[in-house]
Amino acid sequence: MGVSGPDTIQRPPARARKAIVGAIRAAAQPIAEPVVAILLALLVGAVGITLCSGLLAGHKNFDVGLPAAAYLALLGGVASPDGIASTLNYSTPLILAGLGVGLGFKAGLFNIGGRGQFLFGTVGAMAVATAVGVSQSSYITVPLALLAGAAFGAAAGFIPGLLKATSGAHEVVTTIMLNYVFVFVTYWAISGPLSLPNAHQPITADVTNRNAALPIILGQDGHAGILLALVAVPIIWFLLYRTTLGFEIRSAGANPDAARYGGMRTNRLIVLTMSIAGLMSGLAGATVLMGVVHQIEPGYDTTVGFDAITVALLGRSNPVGILFSGLLLGAMRAGSQTMQVQAGVPAELVDALQAIILVFLVVNALRHWLDRRAARRGSTPAVDGGAAQAAEAVA
Amino acid sequence: MSSIPQALDALPILGILFQLLGYVLANLSVMSQTTVAVAVPITLAALCGVMCERSGVVNIGIEGIMLTAAFVGWMVGVGASAALGVGTPLPFFGVTLPLLLGLAAAILVGMAVALLHAWLAISVKVDQIISGTIINIGAAGITGYLYTLIASQAPTSAGSFAQYKVPDQVADLPLVGWLINAVLSQGPIGLSTIVIVIFLQVMLFRSRWGLRTRAAGEHPRAAETVGIDVIWLRYRNVVMSGALAALGGAWLSMEQTNGFNANMSAGRGFIGLAAMIVGRWTPLGAFGAALLFASATGLGTSLAIKPPTGDLGQLMAHVPGEFWEALPYIITIVVLAGVIGRSIAPAADGRPYERESAT
Repeated sequence: MGVSGPDTIQRPPARARKAIVGAIRAAAQPIAEPVVAILLALLVGAVGITLCSGLLAGHKNFDVGLPAAAYLALLGGVASPDGIASTLNYSTPLILAGLGVGLGFKAGLFNIGGRGQFLFGTVGAMAVATAVGVSQSSYITVPLALLAGAAFGAAAGFIPGLLKATSGAHEVVTTIMLNYVFVFVTYWAISGPLSLPNAHQPITADVTNRNAALPIILGQDGHAGILLALVAVPIIWFLLYRTTLGFEIRSAGANPDAARYGGMRTNRLIVLTMSIAGLMSGLAGATVLMGVVHQIEPGYDTTVGFDAITVALLGRSNPVGILFSGLLLGAMRAGSQTMQVQAGVPAELVDALQAIILVFLVVNALRHWLDRRAARRGSTPAVDGGAAQAAEAVA
Repeated sequence: MSSIPQALDALPILGILFQLLGYVLANLSVMSQTTVAVAVPITLAALCGVMCERSGVVNIGIEGIMLTAAFVGWMVGVGASAALGVGTPLPFFGVTLPLLLGLAAAILVGMAVALLHAWLAISVKVDQIISGTIINIGAAGITGYLYTLIASQAPTSAGSFAQYKVPDQVADLPLVGWLINAVLSQGPIGLSTIVIVIFLQVMLFRSRWGLRTRAAGEHPRAAETVGIDVIWLRYRNVVMSGALAALGGAWLSMEQTNGFNANMSAGRGFIGLAAMIVGRWTPLGAFGAALLFASATGLGTSLAIKPPTGDLGQLMAHVPGEFWEALPYIITIVVLAGVIGRSIAPAADGRPYERESAT
């Protein structure tokens, strides 16, 4: 950490060393818990793969090497130029929507409406791409479509925020219900107003024909949406930690009563936070439409809304943490297809692993183990309040 | 403007409403059997929610419990019929041994998943929404994973439970015969759902268990003061409620159809939550709401198959079919927001109970 130069022969005094070790521990703590949770989940996953191979997949005996083969195939699927592009494509919506969910967590709001906001954002972007003339240059259509996606998503987040602020209707329930409302709104839009006039079955126009596709910046299909996600991370970080609004959001999340007594307009904060969360999910929907799927038909759906919750929890609601957990989950999604083809292990393993990671994360296995070890040694727990605070910010 | 012309303006709307009523009545006998059937899994999910939330535990993992139970019921049926043979079905409900084993396994696994939620929510004191979300993600992932593995071997399912055949003498009764026929033409899970609704309604408001459950959901501290073990009570309720959601799951894969599909619960756990809210956290209310929701779906289907004539037909031609499917969720939001008939959750719903320490 640059405290002692390379030519210092003397060991630093004991107190300084303790301080350095403490600082490293404090910095490592928030990272160590997710990492331990991921490793434990991979271990459980390996046991599960082996058991299933013996019991269900028709192998005569338990294939102990199969988990290793599967994980290697998954890694191999990621570690290639196309794999990296695919990882970034999967990560883009996860990071964007994850930032929104994380912002909600910081404000003490649980936004389960990512699915509906994502879909409504998709509809918004598609509507603009359809409405703007074919002759327009992509320098006009692409930003307009992205803006529309963000605006539609924000509107979808605004509704539960307003409902909570005005009537106290819990955002968890209203966002769940709105998810389905927006699913059907999307079906209706695709088969009605956004449908191509002369198609055999309901399907929208292709955004590439409308000059509304995101430019490809990496490999064959790595689109520019990742830049958007990378820009969003510092913006949300700045918003949270360097602005009055961010301070108010964090205060309202930590203690809503105190925030209100302190003169903050918590109702306004709720509406604003939910709208921003919706905006991020809507933007995620727009990037997937304009960068990956290009065209939608009835039945179009997404798992990004729920995956974003995993991403936000794993990233401890911290924008930088969300960046890394989004990349991790994106890589798992990108590699899962290769894994299914090469090792014969179904790609759904990734969803199962997600849930197992979350169980270990919320049960906080590492902290319990450290606490118990510390208790045995008769010293104070090695863990400071930081991790506990982060966990509470989530709850 | 005086108020009389305004009242006249409303007349066409009234006319349309009467036409709608007439249309519904004319098609009721066709719609009602399906309506009750569609309402069965929604009701069971809602009852699961009622049992949990009345004791103070929010459960949004119902969807996951249903999906897991649907899968396990089907899978055990497949395994059992491969090992034991299908056998001749019994004269009532087409019951076979593999089907019964599948049903039992579905209920057990539903209770096991509910136990996981109970442990996370009550003992570990994880945010109960997070716990439910974990269960939903995990259920979709694990059942999808296993289904992909098994489906490649082209398994034969154990079949499904048969419907109860209402005797002709009853079905031909004037005025009420068709209704009895529609309500009772269900499989064993559908019929037991109706019994469970009434049983739970009585238990929740007329028994010691019900009083204790409601006390734990409204004011756990007070409940504990009079000697109720809130933690144990909540555990018991959540685990038992898992059996209800599991029945709903088993209905999907063993009564409505005879197979399993990835994500076949298709949001029924969530619409069950909606029915619970609209039904104000009571079993009978939840059943009524589930019937209402199911009839919105039924009406939508009926309108698509057999469009009404006249003004109503012209109006309905402009209403997209998706509207009827979204209607239950819109109703729930309206009820939650308190525009019509405000619905209020138990006071301690979703708050982990912290026992006062003895020291």
